[in-house]
Amino acid sequence: MASLVIAEHDNAVLKDATAKTASAAAQLGAPVHVLVAGYQCGAVAAAAARLPGVEKILIADAQAFARMIAEPMEQLIVGLAPGYDAILAPATTNGKNYMPRVAAKLDVPQVSEILAVESPDTFRRPIYAGNAIQTVQAPAGKKVITVRTTAFKPLEGAGSAPVENVAAPADPGISKFVSEELSRSERPELTSAKIVISGGRGLQSGENFHLLEKIADKLHAALGASRAAVDAGFVPNDYQVGQTGKVVAPELYIAVGISGAIQHLAGMKDSKVIAAINKDEEAPIFQIADYGLVADLFKAIPEMEQELTRLGY
Amino acid sequence: MKVLVPVKRVIDFNIKVKVKGDQTGVDLSNVKMSMNPFDEIAVEEALRLREKGNATEVIAVSIGPQAAQETIRTALAMGADRGILVKAEGDVEPLAVAKILKAICEEEKPGLVILGKQAIDDDSNQTGQMLAALLGWPQGTFAHKIELSDAAISVEREIDGGLQTVELKLPAVVTTDLRLNEPRYASLPNIMKAKKKPIAEKTPADYHVDATPRLKVIKVTEPPKRRAGVKVKTAAELVDKLKNEAGVI
Ligand SMILES: Cc1cc2nc3c(=O)[nH]c(=O)nc-3n(C[C@H](O)[C@H](O)[C@H](O)COP(=O)(O)OP(=O)(O)OC[C@H]3O[C@@H](n4cnc5c(N)ncnc54)[C@H](O)[C@@H]3O)c2cc1C
Repeated sequence: MASLVIAEHDNAVLKDATAKTASAAAQLGAPVHVLVAGYQCGAVAAAAARLPGVEKILIADAQAFARMIAEPMEQLIVGLAPGYDAILAPATTNGKNYMPRVAAKLDVPQVSEILAVESPDTFRRPIYAGNAIQTVQAPAGKKVITVRTTAFKPLEGAGSAPVENVAAPADPGISKFVSEELSRSERPELTSAKIVISGGRGLQSGENFHLLEKIADKLHAALGASRAAVDAGFVPNDYQVGQTGKVVAPELYIAVGISGAIQHLAGMKDSKVIAAINKDEEAPIFQIADYGLVADLFKAIPEMEQELTRLGY
Repeated sequence: MKVLVPVKRVIDFNIKVKVKGDQTGVDLSNVKMSMNPFDEIAVEEALRLREKGNATEVIAVSIGPQAAQETIRTALAMGADRGILVKAEGDVEPLAVAKILKAICEEEKPGLVILGKQAIDDDSNQTGQMLAALLGWPQGTFAHKIELSDAAISVEREIDGGLQTVELKLPAVVTTDLRLNEPRYASLPNIMKAKKKPIAEKTPADYHVDATPRLKVIKVTEPPKRRAGVKVKTAAELVDKLKNEAGVI
Protein backbone atom coordinates (compact mmCIF):
# COMPACT_ATOMS: atom_id res chain seq x y z
CA MET A 1 0.00 0.00 0.00
CA ALA A 2 0.96 3.64 -0.21
CA SER A 3 1.76 6.54 2.12
CA LEU A 4 -0.43 9.63 2.23
CA VAL A 5 1.09 13.07 2.83
CA ILE A 6 -1.22 15.89 3.85
CA ALA A 7 -0.21 19.09 2.04
CA GLU A 8 0.47 22.35 3.86
CA HIS A 9 -0.74 25.37 1.89
CA ASP A 10 -2.86 28.52 2.05
CA ASN A 11 -5.12 27.65 -0.93
CA ALA A 12 -2.83 29.61 -3.24
CA VAL A 13 0.71 28.48 -2.49
CA LEU A 14 2.06 25.03 -1.66
CA LYS A 15 4.35 25.38 1.38
CA ASP A 16 7.77 23.74 1.25
CA ALA A 17 6.84 21.81 4.42
CA THR A 18 4.93 19.55 2.02
CA ALA A 19 7.99 18.64 -0.07
CA LYS A 20 9.96 17.92 3.10
CA THR A 21 7.20 15.72 4.49
CA ALA A 22 6.99 13.90 1.14
CA SER A 23 10.73 13.33 1.38
CA ALA A 24 10.27 11.71 4.82
CA ALA A 25 7.38 9.65 3.40
CA ALA A 26 9.55 8.43 0.51
CA GLN A 27 11.89 6.86 3.08
CA LEU A 28 9.09 4.51 4.13
CA GLY A 29 9.59 2.81 0.77
CA ALA A 30 5.97 2.80 -0.44
CA PRO A 31 4.49 4.99 -3.20
CA VAL A 32 3.69 8.51 -1.99
CA HIS A 33 0.35 10.23 -2.58
CA VAL A 34 -0.37 13.83 -1.54
CA LEU A 35 -3.73 15.07 -0.33
CA VAL A 36 -4.50 18.72 -1.00
CA ALA A 37 -7.48 19.64 1.16
CA GLY A 38 -8.59 23.22 0.74
CA TYR A 39 -10.97 25.56 -1.02
CA GLN A 40 -10.40 26.75 -4.57
CA CYS A 41 -6.97 25.21 -4.27
CA GLY A 42 -6.44 23.91 -7.82
CA ALA A 43 -3.17 25.81 -8.17
CA VAL A 44 -1.86 24.09 -5.06
CA ALA A 45 -2.73 20.66 -6.47
CA ALA A 46 -0.97 21.58 -9.71
CA ALA A 47 2.14 22.58 -7.75
CA ALA A 48 1.97 19.37 -5.70
CA ALA A 49 1.78 17.35 -8.95
CA ARG A 50 5.25 18.63 -9.84
CA LEU A 51 6.85 17.33 -6.61
CA PRO A 52 9.46 14.66 -7.31
CA GLY A 53 8.73 11.11 -6.18
CA VAL A 54 4.98 11.59 -5.80
CA GLU A 55 2.68 9.17 -7.66
CA LYS A 56 -0.71 10.72 -7.22
CA ILE A 57 -2.38 13.89 -5.97
CA LEU A 58 -5.77 13.80 -4.30
CA ILE A 59 -7.68 17.04 -4.17
CA ALA A 60 -10.60 17.67 -1.83
CA ASP A 61 -11.92 21.10 -2.69
CA ALA A 62 -14.68 22.33 -0.39
CA GLN A 63 -15.34 25.31 1.82
CA ALA A 64 -15.06 23.17 4.96
CA PHE A 65 -11.34 22.72 4.26
CA ALA A 66 -10.56 26.37 3.51
CA ARG A 67 -8.75 26.83 6.85
CA MET A 68 -7.96 23.18 7.56
CA ILE A 69 -10.23 23.20 10.60
CA ALA A 70 -9.54 20.00 12.56
CA GLU A 71 -12.99 18.37 12.63
CA PRO A 72 -13.70 18.23 8.88
CA MET A 73 -10.03 17.39 8.19
CA GLU A 74 -10.32 14.41 10.53
CA GLN A 75 -13.38 13.11 8.68
CA LEU A 76 -11.74 13.47 5.29
CA ILE A 77 -8.45 11.80 6.25
CA VAL A 78 -10.05 8.99 8.25
CA GLY A 79 -12.25 8.30 5.22
CA LEU A 80 -9.17 7.91 3.01
CA ALA A 81 -7.18 5.91 5.57
CA PRO A 82 -8.25 2.39 4.45
CA GLY A 83 -6.14 2.86 1.31
CA TYR A 84 -2.94 3.71 3.18
CA ASP A 85 -0.34 2.15 5.46
CA ALA A 86 1.00 5.46 6.66
CA ILE A 87 -0.32 9.00 6.92
CA LEU A 88 2.11 11.87 7.39
CA ALA A 89 1.66 15.57 8.00
CA PRO A 90 4.18 18.32 8.70
CA ALA A 91 4.36 19.32 12.37
CA THR A 92 2.92 22.76 11.64
CA THR A 93 0.13 24.17 13.77
CA ASN A 94 -2.26 22.66 11.19
CA GLY A 95 -0.71 19.19 11.28
CA LYS A 96 -0.49 19.24 15.06
CA ASN A 97 -4.14 20.21 15.21
CA TYR A 98 -5.81 17.57 13.00
CA MET A 99 -3.40 14.60 13.05
CA PRO A 100 -3.94 13.36 16.62
CA ARG A 101 -7.69 13.26 15.86
CA VAL A 102 -6.95 10.98 12.93
CA ALA A 103 -4.73 8.73 15.07
CA ALA A 104 -7.35 8.48 17.81
CA LYS A 105 -10.08 7.62 15.32
CA LEU A 106 -7.88 4.90 13.82
CA ASP A 107 -6.98 3.73 17.34
CA VAL A 108 -3.24 3.97 16.72
CA PRO A 109 -0.58 5.92 18.61
CA GLN A 110 0.78 8.98 16.79
CA VAL A 111 4.52 9.39 16.38
CA SER A 112 5.08 13.15 16.79
CA GLU A 113 7.73 15.30 15.10
CA ILE A 114 10.01 12.64 13.64
CA LEU A 115 13.60 13.68 12.92
CA ALA A 116 14.62 10.55 11.02
CA VAL A 117 13.22 7.34 9.54
CA GLU A 118 15.27 4.34 10.71
CA SER A 119 13.02 1.79 9.02
CA PRO A 120 9.38 1.83 7.87
CA ASP A 121 8.20 1.38 11.48
CA THR A 122 11.04 2.91 13.50
CA PHE A 123 11.66 6.62 13.94
CA ARG A 124 13.76 9.09 15.89
CA ARG A 125 12.05 11.94 17.66
CA PRO A 126 13.04 14.62 20.19
CA ILE A 127 11.78 14.56 23.79
CA TYR A 128 12.46 16.89 26.73
CA ALA A 129 12.95 19.94 24.50
CA GLY A 130 15.37 18.03 22.31
CA ASN A 131 17.69 17.19 25.21
CA ALA A 132 17.11 13.52 24.49
CA ILE A 133 16.35 11.67 21.28
CA GLN A 134 14.01 8.72 21.42
CA THR A 135 14.09 5.87 18.91
CA VAL A 136 10.58 4.38 18.80
CA GLN A 137 9.03 1.51 16.95
CA ALA A 138 5.37 1.85 16.03
CA PRO A 139 3.14 -1.23 16.35
CA ALA A 140 1.91 -3.19 13.33
CA GLY A 141 -0.95 -1.41 11.61
CA LYS A 142 -1.32 2.09 10.28
CA LYS A 143 1.31 4.68 11.05
CA VAL A 144 0.25 8.22 11.87
CA ILE A 145 3.22 10.54 11.86
CA THR A 146 4.02 14.23 12.08
CA VAL A 147 7.30 15.36 10.62
CA ARG A 148 9.76 17.97 11.88
CA THR A 149 10.38 19.51 8.48
CA THR A 150 13.73 21.09 9.34
CA ALA A 151 15.14 17.55 9.59
CA PHE A 152 14.31 16.55 5.99
CA LYS A 153 15.47 17.96 2.65
CA PRO A 154 13.05 18.01 -0.27
CA LEU A 155 13.84 15.43 -2.96
CA GLU A 156 15.51 16.75 -6.10
CA GLY A 157 13.94 16.80 -9.51
CA ALA A 158 10.42 17.26 -10.79
CA GLY A 159 7.44 14.99 -11.17
CA SER A 160 4.16 15.02 -13.04
CA ALA A 161 1.64 13.17 -10.93
CA PRO A 162 -2.00 12.85 -11.99
CA VAL A 163 -4.57 14.78 -9.94
CA GLU A 164 -7.68 12.96 -8.79
CA ASN A 165 -10.74 14.46 -7.12
CA VAL A 166 -11.99 13.00 -3.87
CA ALA A 167 -15.44 13.62 -2.50
CA ALA A 168 -15.67 15.80 0.59
CA PRO A 169 -17.60 14.24 3.48
CA ALA A 170 -20.24 16.44 5.08
CA ASP A 171 -18.87 18.97 7.58
CA PRO A 172 -19.63 17.63 11.10
CA GLY A 173 -20.94 21.13 11.85
CA ILE A 174 -19.58 21.41 15.39
CA SER A 175 -16.91 24.02 14.69
CA LYS A 176 -16.64 27.02 12.46
CA PHE A 177 -13.99 29.41 11.30
CA VAL A 178 -14.62 32.99 12.39
CA SER A 179 -11.59 35.11 11.55
CA GLU A 180 -7.86 35.25 11.14
CA GLU A 181 -5.31 37.89 11.97
CA LEU A 182 -2.17 37.05 10.05
CA SER A 183 1.17 38.80 10.47
CA ARG A 184 2.04 40.20 7.06
CA SER A 185 5.63 40.54 6.10
CA GLU A 186 7.71 40.92 2.98
CA ARG A 187 10.44 38.91 4.64
CA PRO A 188 11.01 35.18 4.16
CA GLU A 189 9.07 32.75 6.35
CA LEU A 190 10.70 31.98 9.65
CA THR A 191 10.76 28.21 9.17
CA SER A 192 12.24 28.26 5.67
CA ALA A 193 14.54 31.31 5.74
CA LYS A 194 18.29 30.82 5.17
CA ILE A 195 19.09 33.44 7.81
CA VAL A 196 17.12 34.17 10.98
CA ILE A 197 17.78 37.05 13.36
CA SER A 198 15.97 36.79 16.67
CA GLY A 199 15.56 39.22 19.53
CA GLY A 200 14.90 38.59 23.20
CA ARG A 201 14.02 40.47 26.34
CA GLY A 202 17.26 42.41 25.91
CA LEU A 203 15.59 44.39 23.09
CA GLN A 204 13.45 46.11 25.75
CA SER A 205 10.60 47.15 23.42
CA GLY A 206 8.83 46.41 20.16
CA GLU A 207 10.19 49.70 18.80
CA ASN A 208 13.71 48.42 19.21
CA PHE A 209 13.01 45.43 16.96
CA HIS A 210 13.40 47.96 14.11
CA LEU A 211 17.12 47.73 14.79
CA LEU A 212 16.98 44.05 13.90
CA GLU A 213 14.70 44.69 10.92
CA LYS A 214 17.37 46.81 9.29
CA ILE A 215 19.82 43.92 9.47
CA ALA A 216 17.16 41.44 8.38
CA ASP A 217 16.46 43.54 5.29
CA LYS A 218 20.12 43.61 4.31
CA LEU A 219 20.57 39.87 4.78
CA HIS A 220 17.12 38.79 3.49
CA ALA A 221 16.60 37.23 6.89
CA ALA A 222 13.45 36.32 8.77
CA LEU A 223 12.77 37.78 12.20
CA GLY A 224 12.26 35.60 15.25
CA ALA A 225 12.01 36.09 19.00
CA SER A 226 12.25 34.43 22.38
CA ARG A 227 9.18 33.70 24.44
CA ALA A 228 10.05 36.58 26.76
CA ALA A 229 9.93 39.04 23.82
CA VAL A 230 6.55 37.66 22.70
CA ASP A 231 5.08 37.61 26.21
CA ALA A 232 6.15 41.22 26.68
CA GLY A 233 4.25 42.13 23.52
CA PHE A 234 7.32 43.29 21.54
CA VAL A 235 6.37 41.07 18.59
CA PRO A 236 3.46 38.75 17.60
CA ASN A 237 3.21 35.17 18.89
CA ASP A 238 4.16 33.64 15.55
CA TYR A 239 7.72 34.97 15.98
CA GLN A 240 8.41 32.60 18.89
CA VAL A 241 11.25 30.16 18.33
CA GLY A 242 11.59 27.23 20.72
CA GLN A 243 10.31 24.05 22.28
CA THR A 244 6.77 25.33 22.22
CA GLY A 245 7.07 27.73 19.29
CA LYS A 246 8.66 27.28 15.87
CA VAL A 247 11.64 25.10 15.15
CA VAL A 248 14.15 26.59 12.73
CA ALA A 249 17.42 25.32 11.27
CA PRO A 250 18.74 28.05 8.98
CA GLU A 251 22.27 28.44 7.62
CA LEU A 252 22.75 31.30 10.08
CA TYR A 253 20.90 32.11 13.31
CA ILE A 254 21.73 35.37 15.05
CA ALA A 255 20.48 35.59 18.65
CA VAL A 256 20.40 39.12 20.03
CA GLY A 257 19.67 39.83 23.71
CA ILE A 258 18.59 36.21 24.25
CA SER A 259 19.97 34.31 27.25
CA GLY A 260 19.69 30.82 25.76
CA ALA A 261 17.17 28.98 27.97
CA ILE A 262 16.78 25.27 27.11
CA GLN A 263 13.31 25.98 25.74
CA HIS A 264 14.74 28.51 23.29
CA LEU A 265 17.70 26.33 22.29
CA ALA A 266 15.25 23.53 21.45
CA GLY A 267 14.02 25.62 18.55
CA MET A 268 17.32 26.71 17.00
CA LYS A 269 20.24 24.53 18.02
CA ASP A 270 20.25 22.63 14.75
CA SER A 271 21.09 25.82 12.84
CA LYS A 272 24.26 25.44 10.79
CA VAL A 273 25.99 28.51 12.22
CA ILE A 274 24.93 30.35 15.38
CA ALA A 275 26.02 33.87 16.27
CA ALA A 276 25.08 35.50 19.57
CA ILE A 277 25.22 39.07 20.82
CA ASN A 278 24.72 39.44 24.55
CA LYS A 279 26.17 41.78 27.14
CA ASP A 280 26.50 39.00 29.71
CA GLU A 281 29.51 36.83 28.95
CA GLU A 282 28.05 34.08 31.15
CA ALA A 283 24.85 33.81 29.08
CA PRO A 284 24.23 30.13 28.19
CA ILE A 285 23.70 31.04 24.54
CA PHE A 286 27.49 31.41 24.25
CA GLN A 287 27.94 27.71 25.08
CA ILE A 288 26.44 26.77 21.73
CA ALA A 289 27.31 29.81 19.61
CA ASP A 290 29.95 29.50 16.90
CA TYR A 291 30.57 33.24 17.11
CA GLY A 292 29.92 35.18 20.28
CA LEU A 293 30.08 38.92 20.74
CA VAL A 294 29.92 40.15 24.33
CA ALA A 295 28.54 43.63 23.85
CA ASP A 296 25.63 45.98 24.42
CA LEU A 297 23.31 45.23 21.55
CA PHE A 298 22.31 48.90 21.25
CA LYS A 299 25.87 49.62 20.26
CA ALA A 300 26.69 46.39 18.42
CA ILE A 301 23.64 46.21 16.15
CA PRO A 302 24.03 49.70 14.63
CA GLU A 303 27.73 48.93 14.15
CA MET A 304 26.88 45.68 12.45
CA GLU A 305 24.47 47.51 10.17
CA GLN A 306 27.14 50.07 9.26
CA GLU A 307 29.65 47.37 8.49
CA LEU A 308 27.17 45.56 6.26
CA THR A 309 26.40 48.80 4.45
CA ARG A 310 30.11 49.44 3.98
CA LEU A 311 30.47 46.00 2.42
CA GLY A 312 27.64 46.70 0.00
CA TYR A 313 24.81 44.66 1.59
CA MET B 1 -21.25 23.61 33.96
CA LYS B 2 -18.37 21.47 35.18
CA VAL B 3 -14.86 22.03 33.83
CA LEU B 4 -12.43 19.13 33.77
CA VAL B 5 -8.70 19.93 33.89
CA PRO B 6 -6.20 17.11 33.33
CA VAL B 7 -2.81 17.83 34.96
CA LYS B 8 0.45 15.97 34.41
CA ARG B 9 3.39 15.55 36.76
CA VAL B 10 6.58 16.24 34.81
CA ILE B 11 10.19 17.18 35.39
CA ASP B 12 10.42 20.85 36.37
CA PHE B 13 10.95 23.10 33.35
CA ASN B 14 14.12 24.59 34.84
CA ILE B 15 15.93 21.27 34.90
CA LYS B 16 18.04 20.00 32.05
CA VAL B 17 17.56 16.25 31.79
CA LYS B 18 20.37 13.72 31.63
CA VAL B 19 20.14 10.68 29.43
CA LYS B 20 20.84 7.43 31.29
CA GLY B 21 24.05 5.60 30.44
CA ASP B 22 22.16 2.45 29.46
CA GLN B 23 20.05 4.40 26.93
CA THR B 24 16.74 3.28 28.47
CA GLY B 25 15.49 6.78 29.18
CA VAL B 26 16.32 9.92 31.13
CA ASP B 27 17.33 10.06 34.76
CA LEU B 28 14.36 11.14 36.86
CA SER B 29 15.70 10.09 40.26
CA ASN B 30 16.00 12.95 42.74
CA VAL B 31 14.99 15.65 40.29
CA LYS B 32 12.38 18.27 41.00
CA MET B 33 8.98 17.41 39.56
CA SER B 34 6.21 19.96 38.98
CA MET B 35 2.90 20.42 37.25
CA ASN B 36 3.35 20.70 33.48
CA PRO B 37 3.43 24.51 32.92
CA PHE B 38 0.72 24.42 30.24
CA ASP B 39 -1.55 22.60 32.71
CA GLU B 40 -1.11 25.38 35.25
CA ILE B 41 -2.44 27.72 32.59
CA ALA B 42 -5.36 25.32 32.09
CA VAL B 43 -6.17 25.26 35.80
CA GLU B 44 -6.00 29.06 35.93
CA GLU B 45 -8.39 29.43 33.00
CA ALA B 46 -10.89 27.03 34.56
CA LEU B 47 -10.77 28.93 37.85
CA ARG B 48 -11.39 32.20 36.04
CA LEU B 49 -14.46 30.68 34.39
CA ARG B 50 -15.76 29.63 37.79
CA GLU B 51 -15.03 33.06 39.27
CA LYS B 52 -16.94 34.71 36.41
CA GLY B 53 -19.89 32.41 37.11
CA ASN B 54 -19.48 30.44 33.88
CA ALA B 55 -18.44 27.23 35.62
CA THR B 56 -19.81 25.62 38.75
CA GLU B 57 -17.08 23.14 39.56
CA VAL B 58 -13.45 22.57 38.54
CA ILE B 59 -12.22 18.98 38.66
CA ALA B 60 -8.49 18.21 38.39
CA VAL B 61 -7.55 14.78 37.01
CA SER B 62 -4.11 13.24 36.89
CA ILE B 63 -3.05 9.96 35.38
CA GLY B 64 0.27 8.80 36.77
CA PRO B 65 2.03 7.35 39.80
CA GLN B 66 0.84 7.85 43.39
CA ALA B 67 3.09 10.93 43.54
CA ALA B 68 0.87 12.59 40.93
CA GLN B 69 -1.41 13.23 43.88
CA GLU B 70 0.91 16.17 44.68
CA THR B 71 0.16 17.60 41.27
CA ILE B 72 -3.56 17.35 41.97
CA ARG B 73 -2.99 19.00 45.38
CA THR B 74 -1.28 21.88 43.58
CA ALA B 75 -4.37 22.30 41.40
CA LEU B 76 -6.61 22.12 44.49
CA ALA B 77 -4.42 24.70 46.24
CA MET B 78 -4.81 27.01 43.25
CA GLY B 79 -8.57 26.61 43.73
CA ALA B 80 -9.87 23.48 41.98
CA ASP B 81 -12.75 21.83 43.86
CA ARG B 82 -11.84 18.15 43.81
CA GLY B 83 -9.49 15.66 42.23
CA ILE B 84 -9.38 12.30 40.52
CA LEU B 85 -6.13 10.33 40.53
CA VAL B 86 -5.93 7.48 38.04
CA LYS B 87 -2.97 5.43 39.21
CA ALA B 88 -0.70 4.07 36.52
CA GLU B 89 3.02 3.36 36.68
CA GLY B 90 5.46 4.05 33.87
CA ASP B 91 4.74 5.85 30.61
CA VAL B 92 1.10 6.22 29.72
CA GLU B 93 0.78 7.25 26.09
CA PRO B 94 -1.46 10.12 24.97
CA LEU B 95 -4.00 7.74 23.38
CA ALA B 96 -4.44 5.77 26.62
CA VAL B 97 -4.72 9.02 28.60
CA ALA B 98 -7.34 10.24 26.14
CA LYS B 99 -9.32 6.99 26.55
CA ILE B 100 -9.28 7.30 30.34
CA LEU B 101 -10.33 10.96 30.11
CA LYS B 102 -13.11 10.02 27.72
CA ALA B 103 -14.51 7.57 30.28
CA ILE B 104 -14.26 10.23 33.00
CA CYS B 105 -16.09 12.71 30.74
CA GLU B 106 -18.87 10.20 30.23
CA GLU B 107 -19.26 9.94 34.00
CA GLU B 108 -18.80 13.58 34.97
CA LYS B 109 -20.36 15.21 31.89
CA PRO B 110 -18.26 18.40 31.88
CA GLY B 111 -19.15 21.20 29.47
CA LEU B 112 -15.52 21.92 28.82
CA VAL B 113 -12.19 20.12 29.17
CA ILE B 114 -9.13 22.38 29.30
CA LEU B 115 -5.73 20.74 28.82
CA GLY B 116 -2.18 21.96 28.23
CA LYS B 117 -1.22 21.93 24.55
CA GLN B 118 1.77 19.72 25.23
CA ALA B 119 3.61 18.13 28.13
CA ILE B 120 7.20 19.31 28.36
CA ASP B 121 8.51 15.76 28.89
CA ASP B 122 7.36 13.78 25.84
CA ASP B 123 6.49 16.92 23.80
CA SER B 124 3.76 14.91 22.03
CA ASN B 125 1.05 17.57 21.66
CA GLN B 126 -1.70 14.96 21.17
CA THR B 127 -3.89 14.30 24.21
CA GLY B 128 -6.46 17.09 23.88
CA GLN B 129 -6.99 16.47 20.18
CA MET B 130 -7.32 12.70 20.74
CA LEU B 131 -9.82 13.20 23.53
CA ALA B 132 -11.90 15.53 21.37
CA ALA B 133 -11.93 12.99 18.52
CA LEU B 134 -12.89 10.08 20.77
CA LEU B 135 -15.78 12.09 22.21
CA GLY B 136 -16.78 13.53 18.84
CA TRP B 137 -16.36 17.02 20.30
CA PRO B 138 -14.84 20.07 18.63
CA GLN B 139 -11.46 21.41 19.74
CA GLY B 140 -9.80 24.77 20.14
CA THR B 141 -6.08 24.04 20.37
CA PHE B 142 -3.25 26.45 21.27
CA ALA B 143 -5.71 28.87 22.89
CA HIS B 144 -4.65 32.49 23.25
CA LYS B 145 -8.03 33.74 24.45
CA ILE B 146 -11.41 32.10 25.07
CA GLU B 147 -14.88 33.52 25.38
CA LEU B 148 -17.82 31.51 26.56
CA SER B 149 -21.43 32.09 25.60
CA ASP B 150 -24.51 29.93 26.25
CA ALA B 151 -24.02 27.00 23.93
CA ALA B 152 -20.72 27.88 22.30
CA ILE B 153 -17.17 28.92 22.97
CA SER B 154 -15.03 31.18 20.84
CA VAL B 155 -11.34 30.31 20.87
CA GLU B 156 -8.60 32.54 19.53
CA ARG B 157 -5.72 30.23 18.58
CA GLU B 158 -1.99 30.78 18.14
CA ILE B 159 -1.18 29.48 14.64
CA ASP B 160 1.93 29.58 12.47
CA GLY B 161 0.79 32.68 10.61
CA GLY B 162 -0.66 34.63 13.54
CA LEU B 163 -4.00 34.23 15.27
CA GLN B 164 -7.17 32.40 14.22
CA THR B 165 -10.58 32.45 15.86
CA VAL B 166 -12.94 29.48 15.74
CA GLU B 167 -16.35 29.01 17.27
CA LEU B 168 -17.13 25.64 18.81
CA LYS B 169 -20.36 24.07 19.99
CA LEU B 170 -20.29 22.93 23.61
CA PRO B 171 -19.22 20.55 25.00
CA ALA B 172 -15.71 21.16 23.69
CA VAL B 173 -12.01 20.62 24.33
CA VAL B 174 -9.57 23.52 24.67
CA THR B 175 -5.77 23.26 24.84
CA THR B 176 -3.77 26.15 26.28
CA ASP B 177 -0.93 28.15 24.80
CA LEU B 178 1.47 30.34 26.77
CA ARG B 179 -0.32 33.65 26.37
CA LEU B 180 -3.78 32.54 27.61
CA ASN B 181 -3.16 33.80 31.15
CA GLU B 182 -0.61 34.00 33.92
CA PRO B 183 -1.34 31.29 36.48
CA ARG B 184 -1.77 32.37 40.09
CA TYR B 185 0.34 31.13 42.98
CA ALA B 186 -1.41 29.18 45.69
CA SER B 187 -1.68 31.16 48.93
CA LEU B 188 -0.79 29.52 52.22
CA PRO B 189 -4.41 29.39 53.48
CA ASN B 190 -5.43 27.81 50.17
CA ILE B 191 -2.66 25.23 50.44
CA MET B 192 -4.05 24.31 53.87
CA LYS B 193 -7.61 24.18 52.56
CA ALA B 194 -6.54 21.99 49.68
CA LYS B 195 -5.48 19.26 52.09
CA LYS B 196 -9.12 18.70 52.99
CA LYS B 197 -10.45 18.62 49.44
CA PRO B 198 -11.38 15.14 48.19
CA ILE B 199 -9.29 13.14 45.72
CA ALA B 200 -10.86 9.95 44.35
CA GLU B 201 -8.42 7.16 43.53
CA LYS B 202 -8.97 5.02 40.46
CA THR B 203 -7.11 2.74 38.09
CA PRO B 204 -7.20 2.49 34.29
CA ALA B 205 -9.02 -0.85 34.74
CA ASP B 206 -11.89 1.01 36.47
CA TYR B 207 -12.41 2.69 33.11
CA HIS B 208 -11.77 -0.47 31.09
CA VAL B 209 -8.67 1.03 29.51
CA ASP B 210 -5.47 -0.90 28.84
CA ALA B 211 -2.71 1.62 29.56
CA THR B 212 0.15 -0.54 28.27
CA PRO B 213 2.34 1.49 25.89
CA ARG B 214 1.99 0.57 22.23
CA LEU B 215 5.05 2.38 20.97
CA LYS B 216 8.22 0.49 21.73
CA VAL B 217 11.10 2.65 22.91
CA ILE B 218 14.21 1.09 21.40
CA LYS B 219 16.61 3.56 22.96
CA VAL B 220 17.04 7.08 24.24
CA THR B 221 20.24 8.88 23.31
CA GLU B 222 21.86 12.27 23.67
CA PRO B 223 21.45 14.72 20.83
CA PRO B 224 24.57 15.73 18.89
CA LYS B 225 26.54 18.17 21.02
CA ARG B 226 27.41 21.67 19.88
CA ARG B 227 30.57 23.26 21.12
CA ALA B 228 31.17 26.86 22.03
CA GLY B 229 33.03 28.55 19.20
CA VAL B 230 35.07 31.71 19.33
CA LYS B 231 34.46 35.13 20.84
CA VAL B 232 34.84 38.11 18.55
CA LYS B 233 35.67 41.60 19.78
CA THR B 234 33.64 43.87 17.54
CA ALA B 235 30.56 43.84 15.33
CA ALA B 236 32.82 44.36 12.31
CA GLU B 237 34.81 41.27 13.21
CA LEU B 238 31.56 39.31 13.54
CA VAL B 239 30.49 40.37 10.05
CA ASP B 240 33.93 39.45 8.71
CA LYS B 241 33.78 35.96 10.26
CA LEU B 242 30.25 35.32 9.00
CA LYS B 243 31.24 36.41 5.51
CA ASN B 244 34.77 35.10 5.08
CA GLU B 245 35.11 32.21 7.53
CA ALA B 246 31.62 30.69 7.77
CA GLY B 247 30.48 31.92 4.36
CA VAL B 248 26.87 32.27 5.46
CA ILE B 249 26.20 35.89 4.46
C1 LIG C 1 6.40 25.76 29.28
C2 LIG C 1 7.43 26.71 28.79
C3 LIG C 1 7.64 26.83 27.44
C4 LIG C 1 8.58 27.71 26.94
N1 LIG C 1 8.76 27.79 25.59
C5 LIG C 1 9.67 28.66 25.10
C6 LIG C 1 9.91 28.76 23.69
O1 LIG C 1 9.31 28.05 22.88
N2 LIG C 1 10.82 29.67 23.26
C7 LIG C 1 11.53 30.49 24.13
O2 LIG C 1 12.33 31.32 23.66
N3 LIG C 1 11.33 30.40 25.46
C8 LIG C 1 10.40 29.51 25.96
N4 LIG C 1 10.20 29.46 27.30
C9 LIG C 1 10.81 30.51 28.16
C10 LIG C 1 12.27 30.27 28.53
O3 LIG C 1 12.34 29.45 29.66
C11 LIG C 1 12.94 31.63 28.84
O4 LIG C 1 12.24 32.27 29.88
C12 LIG C 1 12.99 32.59 27.65
O5 LIG C 1 13.51 31.93 26.51
C13 LIG C 1 13.86 33.79 27.99
O6 LIG C 1 13.83 34.72 26.95
P1 LIG C 1 15.05 35.76 26.77
O7 LIG C 1 16.29 35.00 26.54
O8 LIG C 1 14.64 36.73 25.74
O9 LIG C 1 15.03 36.53 28.16
P2 LIG C 1 16.08 36.49 29.35
O10 LIG C 1 16.34 35.13 29.82
O11 LIG C 1 15.61 37.51 30.31
O12 LIG C 1 17.42 37.00 28.67
C14 LIG C 1 17.63 38.29 28.19
C15 LIG C 1 19.09 38.37 27.78
O13 LIG C 1 19.33 39.62 27.18
C16 LIG C 1 20.60 40.06 27.58
N5 LIG C 1 20.61 41.52 27.46
C17 LIG C 1 19.85 42.42 28.14
N6 LIG C 1 20.12 43.67 27.74
C18 LIG C 1 21.05 43.58 26.78
C19 LIG C 1 21.75 44.54 25.99
N7 LIG C 1 21.52 45.85 26.09
N8 LIG C 1 22.67 44.09 25.10
C20 LIG C 1 22.94 42.76 24.97
N9 LIG C 1 22.31 41.83 25.71
C21 LIG C 1 21.39 42.22 26.60
C22 LIG C 1 20.77 39.59 29.00
O14 LIG C 1 22.13 39.48 29.34
C23 LIG C 1 20.06 38.23 28.94
O15 LIG C 1 20.99 37.19 28.66
C24 LIG C 1 9.30 28.53 27.82
C25 LIG C 1 9.12 28.40 29.19
C26 LIG C 1 8.19 27.50 29.67
C27 LIG C 1 8.01 27.37 31.15
